[in-house]
Amino acid sequence: MVRFVVRRLISMVLVLFAISVLTFLIFQAIPNGDPAVRMAGRLATPEQVELIRESWGFNDPLWQQYLTTMEKILSGDVISYTQQLNVMDQIKQALPATLSLAIGAGIIWLFFGVVFGLFSAIKAGRFTDRALTVLALVGVSTPVFLLGAVALYFLAFKLTIFPNGGYVPLTEDPIDWLYHMILPWAVLSVLFIGVYSRILRSNVLDTMSEDYVRTARAKGLSEKRVMVRHVLRNSMIPIISLWSLDFAAVLGGGAILTESVFNLHGVGQYAADAIQQLDVPPVLVVVMLGASAVVVLSALTDVLFAFLDPRIRLTG
Amino acid sequence: MAIDPATPDTTGSGAIRTASGDSPVAAEPGGGAPSAGIGPYRLALRRLRRNKVALAFGALFVLIVVLCFCAPLYADHVAHTGPNDNHVTDTVTVGGEEKDVVSVSGLPIGPTWQGRFLLGADQNGRDLAVRLLYGGRNSLEVGFVATFITMILATIVGLAAGFYRGVVDGVLARILDLIWAYPVVLLGIALGTSLALGGISIGPIELSGNSLLVPAVIIGVVYIPYVAKPIRGQVLGLREKEFVDAARVQGASSLRIMTREILPNIASTLVVFLPLIVANAILLEAALSYLGAGIQPPNPSWGTMISDGIRLIPSAIHLTFVPGAMLVLAVLGINVFGDGVRDALDPRARVKIDAKGQEKFREDPMEIAVEH
Amino acid sequence: MTEPERLLDVENLRVSFRTEEGLVQAVDDVSFHVDRGEVLAIVGESGSGKTVTGMSLMGLNRSANSRYEGRATLRGRDLLAASDADLRKIRGSEIAMIFQDPMTALNPVQRIGHQIVEQIRAHEDLTKAQALDRAVELMERVGVPRAKERLRSYPHEFSGGMRQRVMIAMALSCSPELLIADEPTTALDVTIQAQILIELDQLRRETNAGVILVTHDLGVVADIADRVAVMYGGRIVEQGTLDELFYDPQHPYTWGLLGSITRIDRDKPGRLPAIAGLPPSLLDPPRGCHFRPRCPHEFEQCVEVPKLEVRDPSKPGHCDRCWLSIEEKRRLRTVDGDFGLAAKKQAVA
Repeated sequence: MVRFVVRRLISMVLVLFAISVLTFLIFQAIPNGDPAVRMAGRLATPEQVELIRESWGFNDPLWQQYLTTMEKILSGDVISYTQQLNVMDQIKQALPATLSLAIGAGIIWLFFGVVFGLFSAIKAGRFTDRALTVLALVGVSTPVFLLGAVALYFLAFKLTIFPNGGYVPLTEDPIDWLYHMILPWAVLSVLFIGVYSRILRSNVLDTMSEDYVRTARAKGLSEKRVMVRHVLRNSMIPIISLWSLDFAAVLGGGAILTESVFNLHGVGQYAADAIQQLDVPPVLVVVMLGASAVVVLSALTDVLFAFLDPRIRLTG
Repeated sequence: MAIDPATPDTTGSGAIRTASGDSPVAAEPGGGAPSAGIGPYRLALRRLRRNKVALAFGALFVLIVVLCFCAPLYADHVAHTGPNDNHVTDTVTVGGEEKDVVSVSGLPIGPTWQGRFLLGADQNGRDLAVRLLYGGRNSLEVGFVATFITMILATIVGLAAGFYRGVVDGVLARILDLIWAYPVVLLGIALGTSLALGGISIGPIELSGNSLLVPAVIIGVVYIPYVAKPIRGQVLGLREKEFVDAARVQGASSLRIMTREILPNIASTLVVFLPLIVANAILLEAALSYLGAGIQPPNPSWGTMISDGIRLIPSAIHLTFVPGAMLVLAVLGINVFGDGVRDALDPRARVKIDAKGQEKFREDPMEIAVEH
Repeated sequence: MTEPERLLDVENLRVSFRTEEGLVQAVDDVSFHVDRGEVLAIVGESGSGKTVTGMSLMGLNRSANSRYEGRATLRGRDLLAASDADLRKIRGSEIAMIFQDPMTALNPVQRIGHQIVEQIRAHEDLTKAQALDRAVELMERVGVPRAKERLRSYPHEFSGGMRQRVMIAMALSCSPELLIADEPTTALDVTIQAQILIELDQLRRETNAGVILVTHDLGVVADIADRVAVMYGGRIVEQGTLDELFYDPQHPYTWGLLGSITRIDRDKPGRLPAIAGLPPSLLDPPRGCHFRPRCPHEFEQCVEVPKLEVRDPSKPGHCDRCWLSIEEKRRLRTVDGDFGLAAKKQAVA
């Protein structure tokens, strides 16, 4: 176990290092990306630009710039180029919205994905199965931003059932929070429900043809018990790992589109805005945050996995 | 994580799961079905032909592709205008009545159901139908080129990693993990925004910022791990098979074994992935364009048209609805068709009854979950 | 000696499945019975319908695509006509089944103890602790050492032989009257096979349960069967006591089977003769006797389906499906001094 944790920590550090270097290099390679020019404004003289360059350290060798930036990130006082605000504070402000989105949508898509997938598998080959399959395919074929915009138009603009985007902190007004989150949850979930129900369906069908399910029936267990304890339980194991990775991605700012459409001011939207300004520090921090979420959650998943499936040993 | 070698892979690491290394073709080295004497692909084709729903949706996709690639014909002979031609101050005659293309208050005209402005105009007075077809052409081109890049690179990476194992595998696996762990859309926006601003020049290759190849390359790279990982897994299994040993004993070179012995056996996996990647590439292009990191204006694409339209949803919903419906139909078409191809290639996917009367339903699930 | 008590009566069982390729008549007019305490072996190659027969009795292959005809009465109750709910109560308590591959027949992610307890509690109103006690007893009875600790193990921590013992313990957990063992030794090492067979035989004596042993291995049959039914192409082609079948085989297919086993007591050099040709396709079976295309003694009458009938009135339990007269059979069945099947003459074009 100790070995597992250590190895995972090492790999996390490596991933974070590689990802931060990669991000840093991408922004360095941008032809018009000189941050000093942008910071100085349109009317700046070359001297002013040079001054900014000097004071922000943009003239240092690349590796030194990287080290300085990383040091600032790790000590928590990294400042964005354009707004000149502390990035950590900004992300802390954005995090509740993203957390709300990820947790709520994650529960919804897992639940409905499993329910639809199971139902589809039980009715395999029949009309219900076909209908659910087509629905799932419609779900995975519809862009989130399109669905979100159309939903906003009809449900928020025309019918005014839901608010027109925005985020209300849970601590401020739980009812209003829920009111604002329902549409984003639903819209983000549609894609994942489509994907999950199809994966679960095929997992269930796979499991149903396993010998041990036949054994379970031969033991005289009720059909419900066979389905829940033997088929569903064993089919859920891969779904859990998939879920934690997707959850991590949304948590790490992966739901940029949903956040933008509903104007949630979450981590993803923050990063997207920063990218459009070619503002490196926020992007670096969000990307590293996202990657850490993926690495940590996948390690947790492996632990959970070893618990759920005794054949698996943790070796990192 | 290690799995008891005696047990099948149930982990499904990442967003894609495939049955490890036993595709329907892989089960029969040499690719010949033993009993009936029909090749597995012929058999698959026969099954696909019976799946009318998949064929209909496939036909829908083909129809959209053909229409989009005929965009210049439509522009020249029906609409008499180009995709980027503004007609803000023009008028059009609808039912004998003279109407402004864009009203004084800035509202674009809706569908006229005639040659000019068939589906209406956008806020710049550009013919929506013309832009829809040209935009579709751009979206599809990006999708196809991206898929081509993904498939080629993923096959090479997967083959090399699975076949050579060891250091090669280790390095390639880390690179794939890196692309995987990197938030996909963020990566896309980062690359898209940066490249769109200044283009890129790596050695002899030079791309201008508004080249279609920029988003195509980005999207192509993003999906590599989704294809390369399962291929690597299959190759790992295949390289231990007797027919590979036999080829090796006969003195075949590594390259020859990879291309002649292993490649044909992973071909069905590649065929299954092809429509899936095309669909996802088109969707990701739309998402990137929506965020301003895809195809650059004034060039149309379904994604840019939708994102332009969304701003005007309350006053002119057709600007969102028309390209949106087209995009969803095209992607749905290829997705349903791809689903049919998968079912056809993998006989286990269908409700089957074996000789013991056990119902067998099996399929290799391969799914991509990227927000788009 | 008391009259044996009849446990199971199968009459004219027919099982068919709709498949992608067409209708498969997996079991065609099969009749047999099992008495208490006796072992009936059903022998045949894969695809002969022997496993389907066993599974049909438990309704394990019931689906929208399967059809059953005939009757299978277990102590007066028709298993084929039973509702799913009734059948569920019978499964595991009155009829239990042991499967071929103990590697895959146990749920890999549940503890052995749980899997046994689950079955006990599905049929009897016991607490978990009581059921666990019984599980320990059962495991000890089938020869699993340190039974109490091993209940907490997972299937992958057991060897193949031990897993099959667990399967047997599980099957016995509710004292079934009928035990269906589907190739219980096929997936095991030869030495383990013998142990498992001895175990089964002993348990049969102790519990007085009837056993249907489904196998393709005549060696296994010779070890513990009382009576034997030989299946070919979905039909029983010959049925009789062990001695009748081994020393007075009536059907050419049985001769072929007997001719293709290794005999320690005979010095027979050279290759073991195999039966030429392929088993029949159940999608499109040959007309009449299913063995006709492979049979060297085929004649005109063979295009009609022979009935399963007693041919020698002095042996009322011995019946077969072959049109040859009993004298012809006794003349034709020996090849080189042993039972065997002569080579089929090639038709001259």
